[in-house]
Amino acid sequence: MRQTALRITAIVSTVIWAQFPAYAQESSAGEETPALGAQSKPDASKAAHMSDPVKDLTADHSKFDILKGPFASGSEVTAACLSCHTEAGNQVMHSVHWKWEYQNEVTGQTLGKAHEMNAFCGNVASNEVRCTSCHTGYGWTDVRQPMPDDPTKVDCLVCHDKSGQYTKQDNLAGEPPLEPVAEGAKTITGATATAVDLVKAALSVGPPPGRDNCGNCHFYGGGGDNVKHGDLSSALFNPARDVDVHMSPDGENFACETCHVSDKHVFEGSRYETDVVDPHPDRMAGSAHDAAACQSCHTDTPHKGPNPLIAAKLNDHTDTLACQTCHIPSFARGGVATKTVWDWSTAGKLKDGKPYHEEGFTQSDGKQLHTYMSQKGDFEWGENVTPYYAWSNGEMTYTLPEEKIDPTKVVEINKIGGNPGGEDSRIFPFKRMVGTQAYDKQRDVLLYNHVYGPGDGTALWSYFDWEKSLQAGMDYVGLEYSGDFGFVHTYMYWPITHMVAPKEDALVCESCHAQDGRMANLAGIYVPGSGINLGGKLGLAVFLLALLGVLGHGALRVISRGKNKGGHHG
Amino acid sequence: MAEHCVKVYSRFNRLWHWSQVGSIMLLFFTGARLLGLHTIMPFGLAVMVHTVVALALLLLWAFATFWLFTTGGYKQFIPRLAGMWEVGRFYAYGVFKGEEHPYVKSYERRHNPLQAASYFALKMMLFPAIWISGLAYLSYGFWDHLDGGSFWLEIIANFHVLAAFAIASFVVIHVYLLTIGHGFRQHVRPMVSGYEKVELTPEAEAYFRQQGRLLD
Repeated sequence: MRQTALRITAIVSTVIWAQFPAYAQESSAGEETPALGAQSKPDASKAAHMSDPVKDLTADHSKFDILKGPFASGSEVTAACLSCHTEAGNQVMHSVHWKWEYQNEVTGQTLGKAHEMNAFCGNVASNEVRCTSCHTGYGWTDVRQPMPDDPTKVDCLVCHDKSGQYTKQDNLAGEPPLEPVAEGAKTITGATATAVDLVKAALSVGPPPGRDNCGNCHFYGGGGDNVKHGDLSSALFNPARDVDVHMSPDGENFACETCHVSDKHVFEGSRYETDVVDPHPDRMAGSAHDAAACQSCHTDTPHKGPNPLIAAKLNDHTDTLACQTCHIPSFARGGVATKTVWDWSTAGKLKDGKPYHEEGFTQSDGKQLHTYMSQKGDFEWGENVTPYYAWSNGEMTYTLPEEKIDPTKVVEINKIGGNPGGEDSRIFPFKRMVGTQAYDKQRDVLLYNHVYGPGDGTALWSYFDWEKSLQAGMDYVGLEYSGDFGFVHTYMYWPITHMVAPKEDALVCESCHAQDGRMANLAGIYVPGSGINLGGKLGLAVFLLALLGVLGHGALRVISRGKNKGGHHG
Repeated sequence: MAEHCVKVYSRFNRLWHWSQVGSIMLLFFTGARLLGLHTIMPFGLAVMVHTVVALALLLLWAFATFWLFTTGGYKQFIPRLAGMWEVGRFYAYGVFKGEEHPYVKSYERRHNPLQAASYFALKMMLFPAIWISGLAYLSYGFWDHLDGGSFWLEIIANFHVLAAFAIASFVVIHVYLLTIGHGFRQHVRPMVSGYEKVELTPEAEAYFRQQGRLLD
């Protein structure tokens, strides 16, 4: 550690001395005098005075000379940051954002992008420079190894840039596009890449991250806008109130961090271990709401009126349903579709020896989306998608590489934990991604695919050959591969928790309390109105018999009255 | 002994009866909505009306029970076997032959034995079944954390619905029987005006006349 610290100091000093000759000269002059305090004598010349407007933050980074560059790389900007924020890099390096690794203490599984497989591009390993373009660091070219313990490799700007022009190129392992930008280069949001002005970015920084800082990666997971999550799309940059009541400027105008509170650069909220119940039921007034759960603000009796009877009845539901279940009636709202089906098995088809694509889905804004690509296979998309509902305690157990699968069944890439009716469980909405992925037919394990790697002769997206792609992928991670591959159907579950609708758009009673309602086939609940129960059937039989009885009796009376004419005095 | 028009149904008695009619009809209608038999009104509104009306009816029942016991009116409903066969035979056979109803109403016993027995069953079995299961159903929020909460809820819900249909069957037969004998309107009128033709001993006649409860 000490050595590391020394090295950091050395790097930081080098950068500072190299970039600021004037400053260095001045300091050198100071060094001649033995008085140690002289060179570090505080300089308050840039401090704001009473005549200046009062700012929100105590430091205006645009006033710092050290941030005026020039910078040759993102890493050099980070070094400048670290010269004051000495602990920030180490904090980031302890986060999931950096490690792409998550230890689930409950299941004992080691998860995270660096380890697990998903139903989208499959795996990061062997596709690094493309996948790690969204890593919050610079230059992670091999996820088989953890990122080096090098704080200057932390990308401060991706989260703290306020200039709006900082971005990362989509195939440089996290580096921003700099002069000269390669022909046809794209950013991580799919936009045409132009060179980033690092000085402008550095001078603009300030906490906390805005929604574009988070969104530029998280809205584009899976290789495009809203492809992966379904409830995280570019629609949330400036959503209408009915798309997201919390994030809309016409609503609460929350930034991501309003709910995803952070401590030491580690953020609350996890799709591996989601808070489905209030983790702090003993919350006292004024205590920290340090969980990204609805109840952190709304409590678990959030319904107040105007009708107290209905409010009480709705509050009765909170021990069974997650808030999201009723308050996110559908996901992929706001005009950006999400990928719902991805069939890799059809990838690799060529027309006249050339890759081709089809655009069979028209998004509500008129944009055409791919429904087939030679690189990726067949897709389906959806907007305003009804979630898949399941009992969940928030614990996800993954089908990890080398885990035996049953290819005769749909393989669940992640299994939702929890028990019907369990105290720790609620019925929660999910995006159920439907996949078809490569597996080893002899060993019954999922296979790593090597998709990105122009020029290496094996990458699927360049050479369209599954044999080579899978062999290269498995060789890369050093796992056994029989060479006999097939495709297996998969499900992957993504918790739906964003795009909370205004209360007037929440589900109504009838959404579930109806025949074939949304909770149909869920165990552990009795849903009145979802169909006539046994008691109802028996009762109906009794009732119909009574009706039939009186009708028969009445009919007999009418007939007999005819026979006994005059005998009745009524 | 002669028939006289006596005030047999007091104001509370009539109020009790017609409130029950109104609330039970509302409960049938909203309950059928909750069961999914129709979708004429929103589910949430049906829940609310069903709950409020049920609680109001329970309150009415509490008052009525108190009233029946303080006035001795409960004795009307005590079942007895005497005359049961004759009444049963009448409904199964005699009515088709144009026979007169074998039961002669008295002031103390307005109901024929079959009627008394069915009211007794209604009050002692069906009504308790519906309100006990209903209260358990309604208070689900207080006990659903217990083991097997949703299983018991399902049992209770089934029981509640079954009891409701049994009461509905009673209503069907009850209304139908009003058409037998002197006719529907003749039978309903006393429950509106309070007066009914009853056989009175001269002593009773004198007593009621003094009380101002005779119409003729």
